[in-house]
Amino acid sequence: MNRVVITGIGAITPVGNSAAEYLENIKKGVNGIDEITYFDVSDSKYKFAGEIKNADLAGVIEKSALRKMDRFTQYAVYAASEAVNDSGIEGKVDPYRFGVYFGSGVGGFDTFASEHETLLTRGARRVSPLFIPKMIYNIAAGNLAITFNAKGTNLALSTACATGATAVGEAYRAIRHGYADAMICGGSEAAIHPLAVAGFGQCKALSTAQTKDTASLPFDKRRLGFVMGEGAAVLILEEYEHAVNRGAKIYAEVVGYGSTNDAYHITSPDPAAESTAAAVREAMKDIEVPQADKIYINAHGTGTHLNDLTETQTFKNVFGDDAYKLHISSTKSMTGHMLGAAGAIEAITAMDTLTSGIVPPTINLLEKDEECDLDYTPNTAVKADIELALSTNLGFGGHNACLAFKAVKQ
Amino acid sequence: MVFEKIAQMIADKIDCDAAEIKEDTKFEDLSIDSLDITEIAMDIEDEFEIEFEADPSMKTVADLVAAVEKKVG
Repeated sequence: MNRVVITGIGAITPVGNSAAEYLENIKKGVNGIDEITYFDVSDSKYKFAGEIKNADLAGVIEKSALRKMDRFTQYAVYAASEAVNDSGIEGKVDPYRFGVYFGSGVGGFDTFASEHETLLTRGARRVSPLFIPKMIYNIAAGNLAITFNAKGTNLALSTACATGATAVGEAYRAIRHGYADAMICGGSEAAIHPLAVAGFGQCKALSTAQTKDTASLPFDKRRLGFVMGEGAAVLILEEYEHAVNRGAKIYAEVVGYGSTNDAYHITSPDPAAESTAAAVREAMKDIEVPQADKIYINAHGTGTHLNDLTETQTFKNVFGDDAYKLHISSTKSMTGHMLGAAGAIEAITAMDTLTSGIVPPTINLLEKDEECDLDYTPNTAVKADIELALSTNLGFGGHNACLAFKAVKQ
Repeated sequence: MVFEKIAQMIADKIDCDAAEIKEDTKFEDLSIDSLDITEIAMDIEDEFEIEFEADPSMKTVADLVAAVEKKVG
């Protein structure tokens, strides 16, 4: 089976509009969460989100194309442009061996809502002909193929909040099993909209905290739920020999992927944490696992009561008492929950620890929860010699995904 | 008059200078596709207060102007 490496990264996030800026800021503990500006929240219980700020989308995406994209696709193309440039893959791969696996939790949420409003207020004849091709959630994958002439295997995946990790994991399998030489993969989301906030709020999933530094509190006893984030993250995965032969810069190797489902409940994770643990074990099944103090896990860490308990239990199920030696953090404390993009940005975060030797913190983690008693890297980044980086994500519908990365050995 | 208004609508839609748009300009040369033409037809309905459907056989700005002039009378 083929080896798979990462040769390009790109991102647009609440803490930086490039992968480099993002990685620098999360290691510094910069909080990207602030009061929602997209709509009036003065009467809302849910006041905070991680919004994208000052992104020069029109500087990256051609004007005529930009207008025909929902924001979630704009973010996808923006982040993918950075990743593709970073990899230098363009023109160096057979277009039919160059694929796209890219996902979103909900697709063009703004477009759906605004065109529905048009239907109700102005009638069917005023609904835009661009409504469907802007809204359908596979359209980011379609636009990435058009933009980068990627004519190979192409799928839009959705596993709710695990989407980004699922897309990266399935792209890894596609290259590993020989269906492609290189893949553009990741996830995107742009759902900070009053209807989405109302919907997640009614699920009792969102934080009702009243300050930005207490809004997203993964693993903290005071946690009240997650905070919506948005953005996109893209990785270029490539078959190892293909990357070496063209002299590509290699960030890290993807060494495993686990995918399971709780088969338990539509929104709540299974507190026994057996299926989540099975995903982590599957991601590690073909590799030599180092001692626990050389392992970093970028946890899903949403800041909901149940998620953080379940993940803590997951790591105990897999690692036993060694779980206490793991380096763990939730970077959602800084980005908020980027939903369909979360798994992809967190994959980039995890693999960066292998080369930087710096574990990013869980910020604002001040009050210990007796039931969340592992080392979540509170408040400040730590230096560590990480040999295995994992990233875990859980999604509504019971989806679990775990990615595993190691530094490349020749 | 109809031409000037339509040229301005197209310019607003695709964010270009209206002076670049001539009667014999092809939609293809402005990178305008059938979805754009349907959107422009909706703007035409609002502007001229007529019922108007875009026709796939329209290839140039002049084709669109002629169809609108026929409706406006």
